[in-house]
Amino acid sequence: MSAFKDAGHLFRFAGLFVLAFIIFLVVRHYVVPRSFGQYGHYRGAAISEIAARPVKFAGHETCETCHSDVLDVKSKGKHAHVNCEACHGPLAKHAEDPSAVTPVKPDTAVLCARCHTATAAKPKGFPQVDPADHSNGVPCETCHQPHSPAIDGSTASATGGAK
Amino acid sequence: MNLSRRHFLVLMPAAAIAWKAVLAGTPEQAENYKLSEHWWGMLIDVPKCIGCGNCVRACAAENDVPDGYFRTWVERYHVSDENMTNPEVISPDGGKEGFPVAKEDAEKYFFVPKMCNHCSDSPCTQVCPVGATFVTPDGVVLIDPKYCLGCAYCVQACPYGCRYIHPEKKVADKCTLCYHRITKGLTTACCESCPTGARQLVDLKNPKDPIHEFLKTHNVQVLKPQMATGAKAFYNGLDGSVR
Repeated sequence: MSAFKDAGHLFRFAGLFVLAFIIFLVVRHYVVPRSFGQYGHYRGAAISEIAARPVKFAGHETCETCHSDVLDVKSKGKHAHVNCEACHGPLAKHAEDPSAVTPVKPDTAVLCARCHTATAAKPKGFPQVDPADHSNGVPCETCHQPHSPAIDGSTASATGGAK
Repeated sequence: MNLSRRHFLVLMPAAAIAWKAVLAGTPEQAENYKLSEHWWGMLIDVPKCIGCGNCVRACAAENDVPDGYFRTWVERYHVSDENMTNPEVISPDGGKEGFPVAKEDAEKYFFVPKMCNHCSDSPCTQVCPVGATFVTPDGVVLIDPKYCLGCAYCVQACPYGCRYIHPEKKVADKCTLCYHRITKGLTTACCESCPTGARQLVDLKNPKDPIHEFLKTHNVQVLKPQMATGAKAFYNGLDGSVR
């Protein structure tokens, strides 16, 4: 014990370090979120928080549960692989409560032109028209039903300005 | 010796805290969705893109992206025969309302949708000083808005320019690969609204996903492969002039 005879001040000093370390651990315990380090150097709970954000697009499977009549028409036409909300917009709220939110019918003059306006940048096989030249202002849905746009009994060559 | 009693008093709370930390580290189990069973990516089929801007509008609607900022956007490339390494690229309002009509001039035009590449060796997550951005165990690069300081290191680090500082929240923001949708079994908002199937969500850990066959049989590239980011946005039919 003679080695520790005059070492009291060293132990007090070491005690301060130990105390500071404990304070650090206690503060860290309350400051660092519980899930930090769960999967890596980040807050693991952030993953489930982001996953819990609300959905705005219901998804075409949801639409099809009620609108099976439209699905029957659409699945036979050229727009079979165009999902409902690609044209009708995000409608998860309508799917949750169909009476509360009624979707607005899209304006075909804007809607059809978005995809089918002719431009050299589009893939060559994609059906494109110059909207002004193609119909002379007659609305698209006068001839084409958007859910199945081919005109009955006609071929592509019989469609005026269509390419 | 009163030294041992002091040590005992010191060690007891320390051990209790350490034990609590061990307990807190036990992973929570999410219902039906297992992080370890997925490895998400995106297939972008350039020859199918018609530049309608549906994806940009859908993304903005789904994720409340502020005007003038983009989690995904569409670029139109115009490559002239004389200057193939220096294409003319336009993206008016991210392609949200489509593009001006390109006149037939026998030169090369095409659309390239851009978005976060959800890199597996992501440069953006490596520079974050506070652990606010990370690659999840299912391969999606996310931002923890509660932890982000808004220092914008990650905005600078992303070689694809896919991040921005949210003008109101003042934190970094980016594509989440619609994490709130894909964990519920839905596809992303951009894929849901793409009329031509130019964008497809892919799960590389799902052996039934058609991506495996597609990658075998097509010439697929990632953007900036020289940066070794482990990008998971796969571009089919990508022109060499795309940057």
